[in-house]
Amino acid sequence: MTDLADRALPRIARERSASLQFLIRLFREKPLGAAGAVIFILFLFCGVFAGLLAPFGVNEISPINRLRPPSAAFPLGTDFLGRDMLSRLLYGARLSVIIGFCAAGLSIIVSVVIGIVSGYLGGRTDMITQRFVDAWQSFPALVILIVAVAVLGPGMPQIIGVLALLFGIAGSRIIRGAVVSVREHMYVHAAQSIGAGTAWIVWRHILPNVVPLVIVLFTSRVGAVILAEAALSFLGFGVPPPAPTWGGMLSGSARTYMYQAPWLALAPGLCLTIVVYAVNVFGDALRDLLDPRMRGSR
Amino acid sequence: MQAYIIRRLLALIPTLIFASLIVFVTVRLIPGSIIDLMMTQNVSATEKDRATLEAALGLDRPMYIQYFRWAGNVLRGDLGESLWQGTPVAHEIFARLPITLELALLALVVSIAVAIPIGVYSAIRQDTAGDYSTRSISILMLAIPSFWLGTLVMVFPSIWWGWSPQIKFVPFLQDPLQNLNQMFLPAIILGTSLAAITMRVTRTTMLEVLRQDYIRTAWAKGLDERVVVLRHALRNALIPVVTLIGVEIAAVVSVAIVLEQIFVIPGIGLLLIDAVSQRDYPIITGIFLVVGVCVLLINLLIDLSYGLIDPRVRYR
Repeated sequence: MTDLADRALPRIARERSASLQFLIRLFREKPLGAAGAVIFILFLFCGVFAGLLAPFGVNEISPINRLRPPSAAFPLGTDFLGRDMLSRLLYGARLSVIIGFCAAGLSIIVSVVIGIVSGYLGGRTDMITQRFVDAWQSFPALVILIVAVAVLGPGMPQIIGVLALLFGIAGSRIIRGAVVSVREHMYVHAAQSIGAGTAWIVWRHILPNVVPLVIVLFTSRVGAVILAEAALSFLGFGVPPPAPTWGGMLSGSARTYMYQAPWLALAPGLCLTIVVYAVNVFGDALRDLLDPRMRGSR
Repeated sequence: MQAYIIRRLLALIPTLIFASLIVFVTVRLIPGSIIDLMMTQNVSATEKDRATLEAALGLDRPMYIQYFRWAGNVLRGDLGESLWQGTPVAHEIFARLPITLELALLALVVSIAVAIPIGVYSAIRQDTAGDYSTRSISILMLAIPSFWLGTLVMVFPSIWWGWSPQIKFVPFLQDPLQNLNQMFLPAIILGTSLAAITMRVTRTTMLEVLRQDYIRTAWAKGLDERVVVLRHALRNALIPVVTLIGVEIAAVVSVAIVLEQIFVIPGIGLLLIDAVSQRDYPIITGIFLVVGVCVLLINLLIDLSYGLIDPRVRYR
């Protein structure tokens, strides 16, 4: 009877119960990671619903309310143009979410493509690709970013593209490592010997094996991308003002007013730290649960 | 050993070629914009002048010829001239490079001084309160943006105690104390961000080494804890730590660029930022290339240093 019910159970429902079990494991075994996940979801929520949550408009200037300390009307104070800091932080979360997710997602695609081509094909392709990756990694991330912005001009699409390429090429090493070890498995040799095509083997046998790795890599990339974008905006090469980027809120004209209005210096940095910390501990927990081989690495 | 060094240098060549291609292609993605810039400076210039200018700079030739010409000049040590100052780019860069290297070196000293003792402590007292707290702090340090830390250090001591960091640069050879007075804060900030990762790796490798048989033998012989941990275990745990420092060099430069901006240190980072805001492409290209090559060479030196730490490493 139960056997019959099991068989009748649609695949989706079974998968749902598996992800529910995973969630339970996350909360039971990794409470800190689970807390990170909750903060991360909260941050996503703030980013998506910034328009509804923010008490003021993102660039609503109010000259009489310049540099007001935190109060009931302005919970985090106002900046030198009288813009509400809380509202700008919420809209800043939206920018961070967009850049973080787009750049991390694209970077994973780059990593997987390079990792599989290099790792599965091996031989000369692998040799040449790896020398290229060596060369690419010898450039400090921020130098590549600054040069790219100098060349392409500032703007969100350029920044997302360059961040994706930057982290994608660096992350391809990790995917390649996994592909090289999967390639030598018996079932891959079996598939090759019955004449299966490369594309089929990659799709059916290689890709499913790197999925846990991809999830872990994606989570860790979101944090790294958010930090890199913030550093870039801080230096004045990010999404141009008046866009409310967290990095940008700590730089430029804001810096001259921080001495009389120290709250300007606190909130954006604190938001960055909390979000990146949450993403990192969540990523660590995911890695421990999904891919025990990677434990302790990083 | 000599043969090994020569072989490693030869293996560096393809990587260097790729590095130079990355630099060249990235900067040449801007077709004609150097010309545009020069044209806007000279109002009376005509389209005919544009063609002569392109020819003079060699921009009318095919891309690969441009590359070989550029690479040939680079190999002769000629990185071109600054568009604004007219000074040789190589001159500008090598005047600034030692300053950034000093900052990176100081930060490295700070990070090793902090990370290795804490990592060892964390490993020999695994799963105690001390272990947990140092580990949590290290994860937190990874998340704090160093530009924020730098900003806080600039703003709050000044508000509370009227003290602000020195931002007037004095060369080390002129007055070492004045120089270090400016360098110590950015070095500590850069060093602690580096220490977080170094500490984690030290702890992990120490834990692995401490489980080895020869460590049990050392304990069984009745050796002092200090001797077992420092002489027997730590030396063997150091190789991954040294490798990590090589991997982190590029990241150190990234953070140094940001801190140079905050603490007004005229290193390579400040030069790059100034060059980008002035659109001084020869300087941008030069820094891009020189920094990449420096990182590759430092990594080579680190590979060669393994033999000093671990006599078992034989260079074949």
